[in-house]
Amino acid sequence: MLARRLIACLDVSHGQVVKGVTFGNLKDAGDPVALAKRYNDEGIDELVVLDISATLEGRRAFIDTIAAIARELFIPLTAGGGIRSLADARAVIEAGADKVSINSAALVDPPLISAISDTYGSQATVVAIDARMTPNGYEVVSRAGTSPAGRAPLEWAGAAATLGAGEILLTSINRDGTRQGFDCRLTAEVSGGVPIPVIASGGAGTYEHFADVFTLGRADAALAASVFHFQHHSVPSLKQWLSNRHIPMRLTGERC
Amino acid sequence: MREGRAPRAHDAVDEGPAVRAVNVAIIDYGAGNVTSVAKALRHLGAEARIAIDPGALAGADGIVVPGVGHFARTTAIDTAMRRALRHAIEARTPLLGICLGLHWLFEGSTEAPAAAGLGIFQGRCSALRGSPGIKVPHVGWNAIDVTANGSRLLNGLGNQPYAYFCHSYAAECGDRTVGIASHGDAFSAVVERDAVFGVQFHPEKSGAVGLAVLGNFLRVCDEAR
Repeated sequence: MLARRLIACLDVSHGQVVKGVTFGNLKDAGDPVALAKRYNDEGIDELVVLDISATLEGRRAFIDTIAAIARELFIPLTAGGGIRSLADARAVIEAGADKVSINSAALVDPPLISAISDTYGSQATVVAIDARMTPNGYEVVSRAGTSPAGRAPLEWAGAAATLGAGEILLTSINRDGTRQGFDCRLTAEVSGGVPIPVIASGGAGTYEHFADVFTLGRADAALAASVFHFQHHSVPSLKQWLSNRHIPMRLTGERC
Repeated sequence: MREGRAPRAHDAVDEGPAVRAVNVAIIDYGAGNVTSVAKALRHLGAEARIAIDPGALAGADGIVVPGVGHFARTTAIDTAMRRALRHAIEARTPLLGICLGLHWLFEGSTEAPAAAGLGIFQGRCSALRGSPGIKVPHVGWNAIDVTANGSRLLNGLGNQPYAYFCHSYAAECGDRTVGIASHGDAFSAVVERDAVFGVQFHPEKSGAVGLAVLGNFLRVCDEAR
């Protein structure tokens, strides 16, 4: 049976992992390669590494970070943040990423999804969607949560899948960094409405939050950053706990 | 992860003459991350080189056909390369097909009906059927039921190892299937015939289990040379 995935996210800037609370207030959480190795040893299922530097020097450092992680790790690696063109995608894939995550650029230039998918395959094409709750329902926001995109998350996720996206990385801006739980309603709405896997992100705080997003939220995968970085949760004990609640998990203790 | 390692030159220092690293040719036909396969093989102590033309197969102790994506892409493997690969298989050079590379070892795939596979394994590949709760592509870690005792590729992996899959088409189960996975329907996760192996999952992305599978393949290559 296909296991639900736990994905660790590393937000990096100039070669260092940082993670903020609701996109601000950055705290240092260490060296990306060391963290990635620790996650791998603990049995994390996948890694997502995001460049949040948004500068040219930061970009070069990011490519080096991706290459350094890919040299040592043999689990799926997604690179994202600031990917605006096929050339940007090529740079991270050639550095060793297996998948590319695009966010704002996909909203501005939807054919970029097809361009990446046609070149590297839909399995390599992740469309990240940041969604915010409003009195009139959920809306997609772009540019790190600052600008409404005028689309609904489910509609945009469906369009992205049609254009060639292989997975959706869905972040609740309201919950991101709050540790108050994933937005299960948002996740279920999108995951139940698209034919491709949906990764839920934003709000992880307790073991129950992960169980909820896999059951109520129908998520195929759950992504978290700070709860793993600061060792609030050990990956093996979280996986065992979820497995005991009949959520299919890849348990690695006997081999790693 | 030592169990996955192939013989390395420096391992033999105290035990006798140095052993040459296992030399693996990875077929590059423009479909798939040959780099990640090469990295994993090198991590295990093998020498991995990218083979674009048939001449590059000479002297290889083993051959890997990687691949991600559409079956039509396998048409880039030209007649000369196909002939060289058949010749290598007849000469019992171990060969491992990964994902699309496994599909190509069958007779063909409904994904691109006009494109011929190598036909080492009988049967064709077809699309996984999606349904509520079963999303296609099949992406993620799934369990492999090891069905045959004595599989050289799955040696030491236990009864239900988890590996990372990423595909929309699959080969049905047959008498060469040694590992089965299920996503809606059951399909061949691992096939094995003499020294020809195919894995639907990505060993280069399957953590310790994947490295152990590649280590087993390198061991077969080492014994065959």
